[in-house]
Amino acid sequence: MMSYFKEIAVGFWSLLAGMAVTIRYFVKPIVTVQYPREKLQMTPRYRGYPQFVIDPETKTHKCIACEMCARICPSQLITVEGVKLIGAKQKVPLVYLHEHQYCSLCGLCVEVCPTAALEFSQEYRLAGYRREDCVIDHMTLLQKRQQALGWPITPIPVPPTEEELAEAAAKEAKIKEAKAKAAAEAKAKEAEAAKAKEAPAKEAPEEEAPGKEPPAKEDQEVKE
Amino acid sequence: MELVAHFLGSEGARMIVGLIGVIALVSVNALFLIWMERKVSAHMQLRPGPMEVGWHGAVQTVCDAVKLMGKELITPEEVDKPIFWLAPIVIFLPVLLSFLVIPFSETWIIKDLNVGIILILGFSTLAVLAILMAGWSSNNKYSVFGAIRSVAQNVAYEIPLLITVMSIILMVGSFKLSDIVAAQSRYWFVAVQPLAFILYIICATAETNRAPFDLPEAESELVAGFHTEYTGMRFALFFLAEYTNMFIVSAIATVLFLGGWRGPFLPGVIWFLLKVYAIIFVLMWFRWTFPRVRFDQLVTFAWKILIPLAFVNLLITALVLKLR
Repeated sequence: MMSYFKEIAVGFWSLLAGMAVTIRYFVKPIVTVQYPREKLQMTPRYRGYPQFVIDPETKTHKCIACEMCARICPSQLITVEGVKLIGAKQKVPLVYLHEHQYCSLCGLCVEVCPTAALEFSQEYRLAGYRREDCVIDHMTLLQKRQQALGWPITPIPVPPTEEELAEAAAKEAKIKEAKAKAAAEAKAKEAEAAKAKEAPAKEAPEEEAPGKEPPAKEDQEVKE
Repeated sequence: MELVAHFLGSEGARMIVGLIGVIALVSVNALFLIWMERKVSAHMQLRPGPMEVGWHGAVQTVCDAVKLMGKELITPEEVDKPIFWLAPIVIFLPVLLSFLVIPFSETWIIKDLNVGIILILGFSTLAVLAILMAGWSSNNKYSVFGAIRSVAQNVAYEIPLLITVMSIILMVGSFKLSDIVAAQSRYWFVAVQPLAFILYIICATAETNRAPFDLPEAESELVAGFHTEYTGMRFALFFLAEYTNMFIVSAIATVLFLGGWRGPFLPGVIWFLLKVYAIIFVLMWFRWTFPRVRFDQLVTFAWKILIPLAFVNLLITALVLKLR
């Protein structure tokens, strides 16, 4: 008889315990994200597709279009076209396409980059309607991100035309010529100076005591 | 003119207005309850639930109802047609009739019959007949299983339910619902009959075929149980009856144990509805907490625990009333 009532009491208590659990969950904040309207915050280590690092100092990318990433990519899905602008020392990327549909996210491109210009993005919503939707254009993506940050937008560089190139080449040639001329002049001067140096050296033993000062003067002149 | 005035003051007009009000209440209540159930279940699983149509998905169930009405009424081959067609009506009509005697407030009662509680209990038992009709006529093994379980379940919960209600009737000395509410002017009966209240809520869960006693439907075992073969508006009537049944059992619980429409400050109707929906919330809370019992477990539970406890409660009530 006692065990009968005990069973009822224990059973009733277990029911109440269960209800306490559900009501606690009922008042907890929900965890589901409304997919197209809300976005999850991914962890910093999440590996999305690779994208350009935005340098906080220059507020643009650091790519020098060396094509190391394109060469190391096992799926050969990166297309980089660089261009050297007139007067610039380094190349800048003109086209940077990443065909993400083939990407295995191995991260070799990020690792190999000499200027550390690539990073993994936090983007996880990669669905598209066609295969072409999966091709990521890094240049326009960069512009979009800069716009979102409110930073100045990096324009896609315009490759110089043939005329401009020719002009630049002519200019360069002129500069080269001028440089060459200057170099030649300098050489000539040097030669002259050397001659001048040699001459007094030969003459020196002849007039010893009285002519000590003049050679020194000549030396000074050469130095100048 | 006099005739119209006479008619408006008459019992007939009261009935017609009441019936229209009841039909409106039934449909709005069902739409609201389905939305509420989806929200409650969602939040208990840390989900937001319907959010797209209207404020927090409030119009979602309206859209669902419109869709359901547009669906084709399929009658499968070799069903027992007259019974198959009749079952949704048989389940829905008694539910509608039960509203006749529910006292929403002191004046908001369509007809204050002196057998009110018996009328409701009698009509709500007809739902089992309708489920048996639907399951039997569907020519589907799952439907028949659902129907069989429903009948077995009826044997389990109906007896403790009636005995529990009887202990309240003993205290009041009347079957009239307004008398029962009036008897609770000083205190609610839940204070003196807590065991009866708990037993009644358990039996009410079984009567409305809700988890953990949703054996006739048992969607994880029997597809949809007795209404597997129903589509469109016929299915909607089963659905409507289920949710209206929830309202009715909660309304009876309110009248018997929670003092009906009594309460401070707010008008009686508001108090009544508040109490009813609080009990409905508890029923939903049950559904998302407890797993379904097997039907031998249900019968064991009812006959070995509920019925003895209800009898003890009745005897103690009678004893106290006699000695007082």
